[in-house]
Amino acid sequence: MIVKIEVNSKVIKAQKGETIMSALKANGIKIPSICSMKDFTPTGACRMCVVEVEGSQGLVPSCSQPVNEWMKIKTHSPQVIKARKTIVELLLSNHPDDCLYCVRNGSCELQALAEELNVRERRIMGRKNKYKLDHSSPSIVRDPSKCILCGRCVRVCDEKLSVFAIDFVNRGNRTIIGTAYNKDLNFSSCINCGQCIMVCPTAALFEKDSLPELEDALHNPEKTVLVQYAPSVGVTLAEEFGVKPGKDISGLINAVLKKIGFERIFDTSFAADISVMEMTSELLARKNKKENMPLLTSCCPAWVKYVEQLYPDLLPFLSNTKSPQQILGSVLKSYYPEISGIAAGSIYSVAVAPCTAKKFEAQREEMTKKGISEVDLVLTTRELAKLIKLYGIDMNQIEPEIADDPYGMRSSAGKLFGVSGGVTEAVIRTMPHVSGAREPSRVKYQELRGGKGKKEAEIRIGKTTYRFAVVSGLSNVLPLLEDIKAGKCEYDFVEVMACMGGCINGGGQPVGSDENAVKARMKALYSIDEREIIRFSHKNPKVNELYNNHLGGLPGEKCKSLFHTTYSARKVLL
Amino acid sequence: MSEKIHIPVEKEYLVNNVLLNESADLPVEVEKILRFVRKDKVKHPVIMVGTGSCGLISGAGETLLEINKYLLDRDIKADVIETGCTGYCSLEPVVDVHLPGKTRISFKNVSAEKLPFLLDSMLNNIVPHEYVVGQYENPSLELWKDVPLIGELPFFAMQYRNLMKNWGRISPHSIEEYIAAGGYRSYVKTIRNYTHEEVCDIVEKSGLQGRGGGGFLTGKKWKIAHTAMADQRFLLCNANESDPGGFANRSMIESDPHRLIEGLVIAAYAIGTSRAYIYIRSDYITAINRLEKAIDRAQYYGLLGYNVYGSGFNIDIIVSKGPGAFVCGEETAMISSIEGKRGMPSPKPPYPAISGLFGKPTVVNNVETLSNIPAIFENGPDWFMSLGNKTAPGTKILTLSGKLNNQGIIEVPLGTKVKDIIFGAGGGVPAKKELKAVQIGGPSGGFVTSENIDIPYDFDSLASVGIYMGSGGMLVLDEDCCIIDTVKYFMDFIQKESCGKCIPCREGTRRMLEVYENITKRPVDENGHATLERFKGVMQLESLASVIKDTSLCGLGQKAPNPVISSLKYFRNDYEEHIFDRECSAGVCKELRLFYIDVEKCTGCTACAPKCPVSAIIGTKRHPFFIVEEKCTGCGICYDVCKFNAISVK
Repeated sequence: MIVKIEVNSKVIKAQKGETIMSALKANGIKIPSICSMKDFTPTGACRMCVVEVEGSQGLVPSCSQPVNEWMKIKTHSPQVIKARKTIVELLLSNHPDDCLYCVRNGSCELQALAEELNVRERRIMGRKNKYKLDHSSPSIVRDPSKCILCGRCVRVCDEKLSVFAIDFVNRGNRTIIGTAYNKDLNFSSCINCGQCIMVCPTAALFEKDSLPELEDALHNPEKTVLVQYAPSVGVTLAEEFGVKPGKDISGLINAVLKKIGFERIFDTSFAADISVMEMTSELLARKNKKENMPLLTSCCPAWVKYVEQLYPDLLPFLSNTKSPQQILGSVLKSYYPEISGIAAGSIYSVAVAPCTAKKFEAQREEMTKKGISEVDLVLTTRELAKLIKLYGIDMNQIEPEIADDPYGMRSSAGKLFGVSGGVTEAVIRTMPHVSGAREPSRVKYQELRGGKGKKEAEIRIGKTTYRFAVVSGLSNVLPLLEDIKAGKCEYDFVEVMACMGGCINGGGQPVGSDENAVKARMKALYSIDEREIIRFSHKNPKVNELYNNHLGGLPGEKCKSLFHTTYSARKVLL
Repeated sequence: MSEKIHIPVEKEYLVNNVLLNESADLPVEVEKILRFVRKDKVKHPVIMVGTGSCGLISGAGETLLEINKYLLDRDIKADVIETGCTGYCSLEPVVDVHLPGKTRISFKNVSAEKLPFLLDSMLNNIVPHEYVVGQYENPSLELWKDVPLIGELPFFAMQYRNLMKNWGRISPHSIEEYIAAGGYRSYVKTIRNYTHEEVCDIVEKSGLQGRGGGGFLTGKKWKIAHTAMADQRFLLCNANESDPGGFANRSMIESDPHRLIEGLVIAAYAIGTSRAYIYIRSDYITAINRLEKAIDRAQYYGLLGYNVYGSGFNIDIIVSKGPGAFVCGEETAMISSIEGKRGMPSPKPPYPAISGLFGKPTVVNNVETLSNIPAIFENGPDWFMSLGNKTAPGTKILTLSGKLNNQGIIEVPLGTKVKDIIFGAGGGVPAKKELKAVQIGGPSGGFVTSENIDIPYDFDSLASVGIYMGSGGMLVLDEDCCIIDTVKYFMDFIQKESCGKCIPCREGTRRMLEVYENITKRPVDENGHATLERFKGVMQLESLASVIKDTSLCGLGQKAPNPVISSLKYFRNDYEEHIFDRECSAGVCKELRLFYIDVEKCTGCTACAPKCPVSAIIGTKRHPFFIVEEKCTGCGICYDVCKFNAISVK
C-alpha cells in the first residue's frame, strides 16, 4: 500500500510499513547513519539518522520508525543538523586524532561524516579512552580505541556467521567490543573471516599488515619471490582504483606484479583445478564406500576452523583436500624447484587472497613441511592495492600480460572458485571424467548460481544421482550441520563458504562493498566462464601434465602427501 | 533462627472458608479465628522483629538471635516473628511486643544489648518509654498508658497506607497471615467471575497509572497486549530498582511479597498469559529469598499452577535474576536480559506490548503498579479513583532520604504537596538548617526549590516544572549540600551505568561529568587556559543536554540530562560561584576549599604537619605553622586534627 508523507514541505510517496529512512532513500534524500545495515534489523544505536517528526517528542530515528500517512518530516532542520553534528563531535572527542597515520585514512566513515557535517572545530574535549592494540590474531588486528561502538561487527559475527566471537563488554563509557572474558582475539572463537573488517566504519578492525615483511623479501637477493593470486582478486582489485565493480583485470595484475618485482606470477585457479580433481575423486570414493557422506568442502579456511572448534564430531566429513592456495604452495616448494632450477631454499611464496583467514591458514602447522611454511606470506586484495600504490604504478599506463608458465594456465572452472557455488559447478563438470561416465550436455548450472544463502541441485551422472548443496554465510549452514549430526542429511556434497556470496565478498576485499558490487563481481566471473575455451578442470593441459609427469596419475600416494591434510578439534573460548 | 509460628488453622480451612467465600463479609466465627492468625489477638506473648534489609543492616539479625537466646535462657513461651519494614527506616531495628490482652507496642533502635532490658521490663508490664515508638490501635484490646498511638505520630499521620497496609504488621513468611488480612480473595474472585476484558476494564476505569514513572494507563496497556494476536503472551514485573536512594520496591517485596504476587497473577489473568516473570536484581538477596518462599507457599495453596481453583486459569511465576544494571530497568533492555542477552535497549516500535519477550506480546509492569491491583478489586475502581487527585488517582510510595528528621518509606495520595511531605512525614530539616532543594526522581529527575515546594506530587504537576517522577525517590538537600556536587554524583552514576549503546548517552554524559569535574577541581593553574575551558564547558552543558535529550535511544538516556537542566535553571548562582569565585560555599567540593592557620590560636603543637598528605604545612615547633596554598589539596585532615580550632576555611 502506498501512503503519502510530507518531507521538507514536499509530498512524497512511501510504502506502508517501511521505515522513514528507506522511504527517504527511495526519494533521493540521503540520511547519514553509522549503525544501520541492509538486511539487518535496526538497532538504533548511532542516532545519526534522527529526523524531526511533527508531533513527536524529541527527534526520531529514521532507521527504525515506520512511516505513517501524512507524517510531517524535516530531514535537515537546524535542530537535526545540530544533533547530528554534536554526535559526530562527541565521537571525535573520544577518538584518536591520528587520521594521517590511520589505515582507513580516506576510507573512514567517521572522517567522511565529520567532513559532511562540516566539523571544523574541537568544540567538545575530554579524556579519551586508551586501549591496547590486539595483535594476537594472525589475521585481524583490533584497535578498541578507534572503535565507535556501532555494533556492526557484532551483528555480522552473530547473525551472518553465527560465530559469536565478539560482543559488547563493560558498561557506560568504558564499553568496548571484546571477546569472551575480554581475552585476546586468538583465544576466542573468531574464525578470521574478516567480515567484521568489511563492515567496520573506522580502523577499529583491520587486517594484519604484511607489506613490510614482503618488501624485505622482495629486496633480499637471496630470495626468489613467487606470487599466486586467487580467482576472485582479478575481478575486485579494480575497485580499489576507483573502477566500477565487475571489471576483470587479471591481465593487468600479472603485469603489475611483475613490475613490482615478483619473480614468477601464478594463478591460484590452476591449483583450484587440481583441487577439483582431488575432491572429485574423494567424493566418488566416499560415495562408493558410503562413508562420511556428505563430503563437506574444505577450501574455506574460516569454515574449516569453525568446524574444528564447534563441530569436531563432523571433522571426518570434511574433505581432506587442501585449499587451492596451499596446493599451489606445496607444489611451488616441492616440484617447482625441480623443473625451474630455482633453489628450493630460496623460494619465498606469496599468495594474494580475498581473505584474511588465508593468513591464518598459511600459518597452520598442518600446512608446513619440516617446519617450513608452504605459503610464506598472504596479502589481501586491499594490501595488494596498497602495494601497487606504494610502488607508484599507474594502472592506466600498463598493458595486460599473461601469467607465468606452468602454473598460470587455468580452466574457467577453477576461476569459478571465487564465487559461491563455483566449487560445486567445477566438481560437477569433472565428475563424469573421473567416474568414467558420459559427459552431460550441460556446462552451466543456473540453480547453483546467484546470491542466495543456500542453493541446491540434483544431478544424474552415469547411473547415480547426486545431491549437491551450496551454502554461503555460515549461519545458513547450521541447520544442515545439525542434520548431519542427526544422520538425516541427504546431500552428497556440500560446499560451504563462510562469507556471504563466497570469496568475491571475502574479508580481504575492498571495504564498503555492497550487494550490488557483489552481484557485479559474480557476473564478471560468470562472463569469464562464458568466454573461456577450457571450461573443465580435467581439460587444463598443465594439470594433466603435472599429474602424468610428476604425480603418477590420480589418485596416487604422492598426491596424498602433497594435496591432502588433516584437521583436529580445536579448543577456544566459546 | 528458630521460628515457631502457631497456625491455628489448616490450609483446607483457609481455602474453603476464606478464599472460596465470595461474600463481602466473612462469617463471625471465621473472622474470630482469622484475628488470631493475623496476630490481632494473641494467646501468649509475641515478639516481632523487623528484618527487612534496612533492619538487618541496623542489626536486627543480632537482635533476633538475642531474643531467642533470652527466651530460651528464661524458658519463656513466646512467639518470635520476623516482619518486614514499617517504613520508618531511621528507627531500625524495630521490635514489637504484643502481650495477651494488651495492644501491640513498637520499640525503636533495639540493638542486641538493649534487648534484655526491654524484654525484662515489658514482660513485667512496665513500658521502657525511652524506646517507645507507639502502640497499634485495636478497639478490642486494652491500650497502654502514656504511649502514643502509631497512627497519630507525625510520620504516619499524613500517610494513607493502602499498599503498605501490612508492612511490619504481618510476617512476610506467612501466607496464612496474608490471607487472614484479606489477601488473595480478590484474585480468587476475579479469576472465577470476571472475563479477561472485564479485568482490563476495571483497572482502566480505576485510572491506575504505571508507577515506574511513565504514568501510562495500566488497564490500557493490558488491553493492547490482550488484543494482540499471539499464541503466547508474557507478563514481566520490573523489580530492577536501581535509582540511587530508591529502595521502596525492595521493601515492598520484603514486607509483603504476597501482595505483589496477587497483583501479578491478576494482571497475568487480565492479559491472558500463563507465564509471568519477576525480574529482580540479584543483590536483593533477602527480597529474592522471601519472594521465592512466598511463591512456594502460594503454589502449596493452589494459587499458582495448573487450573487454579477450577477456573481454567494456569499460571507460573518465574523469578529472573538480573545483574543489577541501571539500564535493565528499561523495558526493552530488561527483555533482552531475560532472554539471556546483554541488557541493552532496542528501538520502539515495535513496542513490547506487540512484540516483546521472545517476540511475543509482553506487558511490563512495575512492582508498585502490580501491588496496587489487589486493593482495586477488593474495594472497587471508584474507591481507587477517590484517592489522589483527578489526573492521578491512587497513592504513591516515596522514599525519603537526605537531610530530614525522619527517613524512610511513606505512602501518600498522589497530589499531596511536596512541602507537606517534607515537613509533615519527613519532620523537616534537622538542626534548624535551611532547606535548599528537594531532588525528586533520582538520576532522571530534577530539583524542587523552596520557591515551588508547594507543588503537588503527581505526574503532570511535576512534569510542568520539568521533573520526571521516576521511582519515587525524594532526596532532601539543606544549605550544607552543594548542588554542583549532587549533580556531579548523578552524572557519574549515569555515565557509569549507561549501557554504551547509543552515542549521545555514552559519550555525552561523560563529557558532562567532566565539565562538573572541571569546575570543582582545584584552581592550580589560573593563568592557563584552564579557566577558559571551565567556562566553555559550562556554556556547552545546555547544548549537550538538549542533544542528549532529543536523540538518546531509551528513556534513561533521554532523561539523563534532567538534573543538569534543572540545576542550571534554579541554581545559576551555585554555578557562578564555582566557576568565577572558585569556591563552594557549602564547603562540599573539597578541592575548592582553602585552609589557613590562625596565628593567634596556633600553639605549634605539630599535630597537623605530619598528618598532611602533601606536606603543605610548614613551621617550627612551638611557633605558629603555615599552610602553603599552592600545595594544599583541601583534604581537611589538618582541620580535623587541630585541637585548638586554629585551622579554618578561607
